[in-house]
This record gives sequence, C-alpha cells and structure tokens, in this order.
Amino acid sequence: MDLSYYPGCTLKTKSKNLEDSAIASMTALGINLVELPRWNCCGTVYSLADDDLVHHLAPLRNLIRVKEEGNGRVLTLCSFCYNTLKRANLLIKNDQEKRNTINSFMEEEADYEGEVEVVHLLQILRDEIGWEGVSEKVVVPLQGLKVAPYYGCTLLRPQEVAIDQVERPTIMQQLLQSLGAEVVDFPFATECCGSFQIVGNPEFVLDCAWNILSSALRWGAEALVVSCPLCDFNLGQRQREISNRYSEFREMPILYFTQLLALSLGLGAEVCRFDLNYVDPRPLLESKGLIR
Amino acid sequence: MRIEISAKRLQSDFVKKVEEISGQTLPSCYQCGKCSAGCPMSFAMDLLPNQIIHLVRLGLEEDIAKSKTIWLCASCLTCSVRCPRGVDLSRIMEALRLITLRKNIDYVEPSRIAAEIIAELPQIALVSSFRKLTA
Repeated sequence: MDLSYYPGCTLKTKSKNLEDSAIASMTALGINLVELPRWNCCGTVYSLADDDLVHHLAPLRNLIRVKEEGNGRVLTLCSFCYNTLKRANLLIKNDQEKRNTINSFMEEEADYEGEVEVVHLLQILRDEIGWEGVSEKVVVPLQGLKVAPYYGCTLLRPQEVAIDQVERPTIMQQLLQSLGAEVVDFPFATECCGSFQIVGNPEFVLDCAWNILSSALRWGAEALVVSCPLCDFNLGQRQREISNRYSEFREMPILYFTQLLALSLGLGAEVCRFDLNYVDPRPLLESKGLIR
Repeated sequence: MRIEISAKRLQSDFVKKVEEISGQTLPSCYQCGKCSAGCPMSFAMDLLPNQIIHLVRLGLEEDIAKSKTIWLCASCLTCSVRCPRGVDLSRIMEALRLITLRKNIDYVEPSRIAAEIIAELPQIALVSSFRKLTA
C-alpha cells in the first residue's frame, strides 16, 4: 500500500535517523511511504490568534498538494508537523467563514475544504497494522531493554488532535511491548520539554529536561523513547551540561520509536543511524545483545 | 501587590483586544489555579498563569508588560486541556504576545543568536521560536 508522506524540514536535516528508520520499517510492514513531490515548511506552530489567518496558509498549501496528487490522506512523522497540519485542516473544515476567506485569498489554488486526513505514523501502526501485526514481524525482540515512552505535547494536545488519551496515553507503551521491550511508566511522560524556548531561554529548558530525565531514571528506565525531533534535541543534546550541574545524573540515550521498531524488525543498525543520536545508544543496545 | 481597579480599566480597549484576538471569555476563569499547577515553565515565571488572566481582566496592561511570563509560555497547551472552565489560556498568552509583537517589538533577536547555536538547533526550534517571539 502506498501512503502519501510529508517529511517537514527537520527530518531532512537533523533527524535523518527518524526518517530513515521510519521509511525502512514501514516498507518492511508493507506500507510504502511516498514523499510529496512538492512541499513547504508547515510553519511548525499553529497560530492561536483568531484574527491571524495568514499563518494557516503554509500548512494548508501542503494539504492542497496532497489532494492534487489524488490522495485522501497524508502521513507525518514529526510531531510538530502533525499538529500544525491537523489543526489547520480542522479549522478549514469546521469554520465556514474562515474557509471562505482563506480560499479567496489563495486565488491561485483550487478551493480546499479539509478533505485530506492527516495521520501520524503511530496511528497507522495501531489502527491499520495493529499490535499483533507488528509483533508477528519482530525478529529481534527487545528483551530486557527498559524503556520509558515520552510523548511530549503536540501528539496529545489539544484534545481534538490527540492520537490517544490526553492525560494517560498508552500508544507508545503498546508499541514497545509488542516489540518485546520492558516498558517503564513514569509521571513526566506528557510533560513539556520546554519546546522552542530552547532558542531564547536554554537555561530553563535544561531544568525541564532534568525534571523529565531524572524522573525516568528514578523509575528505572535505561533509555527514553520519543517521536518528536525537538524533544529529542532538548532531552538529548544537553545531557553533558545536566551532568555537570547535577552530580547524581546519569546520561541516558534518547531513541526514536522508529529506531527501535526498525531494530526489532531485523533491519540492522545501519538503517537506524544511531550515530546521529545525541547520547550514543549503541553501548546500551550492545549490552543487551541487540546489536553487535 | 496593591492594585487600583476602575471602570475605565475594566472596560479598556486592552481587555477587549485580548478577548477579540484570543476568542476567550475572560470572566469564565474562576481562579482555581489548575493552569499554574500544571505549567511546566511556572518555576521560571514571575507571575503565575492564573495571575495573568486575572490581571488581564482587571485591565492591568502595565503589570503584564513588566512580567516575563507570557514570553516563557511554550504553548504546550497543558493548561488548555486541563481548565475546568474551558478557558484556553494558551490563546490568551498568544493574544498578549501579539499585542506587543504587532508594535514591531521582538522578544527573541535572531541576529544575536550565535552561528554555532543556529547550526546545531533543529529547524522546528528556530521556526517556532521566531514565529512565536518575533514580530
């Protein structure tokens, strides 16, 4: 089955490990991700102002591209892209007045009414392949690997775009269990990592990261599993600095769920691009006999 | 904190503008503080999120302008999904930021960010920071 795929900016630059492992895993599961021939940055954040329609154009133009390709839905991997595309789509679908304004402004485009469905990879795994379907394909079970799923914000909030229960999501837990991993539940799984505040207020984001990581460590996790490239950066990239500030801190690898998926499907370490992870996960995976 | 409340302030253009841009009904908030309790950035804020709502509806624009709080909000929407009164505080924070940004005042100055920091940051961090915090 072919599925239209919108990568977004970060997957083509900083997060090739997310993209490569996702595409390879989906191919192994029988779904071919077909990148849109033309796409632009979605704008990353959904405008929260009632009088600001111009910022919805970037995500909507991408959805118009999907429709032009004759596809009814589009898959995203990046949590930011998912949220922005999904919310812009809901707006144009449900608000007739704004839909008319936006469509008449984008004169050069055909009218768009929110016909394209925006989905995240985790939803496809749960709703179409199913956890049983995933575990049937597992050749390297992640036995003995203690991982804590971390969801962040944009896959769960607001309610109308949430891919799972807002306060108690289990979708990543179920995926990781079907890969054979030991899943650690911890109380900061949906707490914000500080997001784009890393640009202007990095010192506060360091504290957010410390709160999340130290909690996961206390609950026994050996690695944190994420879906979002910004969570990956905020939680992974500055762990050395956290260690310097808090002597009791132990560095902990941050992995994309797609990397563990690819690994357990037997696709090999190369496709996972572990060299791009901020904290090298290879010593941990080697110690569990998952890679050589 | 000693504050002066007057009819003029309560019905000021500022209060109307925040309601208009955010689409939120300010009197709905009953100050339970759930937004502040769950806010992941509240440890760094000089005014708590629920105090911001209260100051807005009293029309105390200058007190909000002196505070860093609205610029520390990461739009994580934890407050929005937890509010028992259905107030979307993230939209009020956005409206307050926009009132300043629309005067062409930036909170983050892209030219002051070191080249090596820009090179290491993921694109989504830069784009969202500039979208949220520059004019």
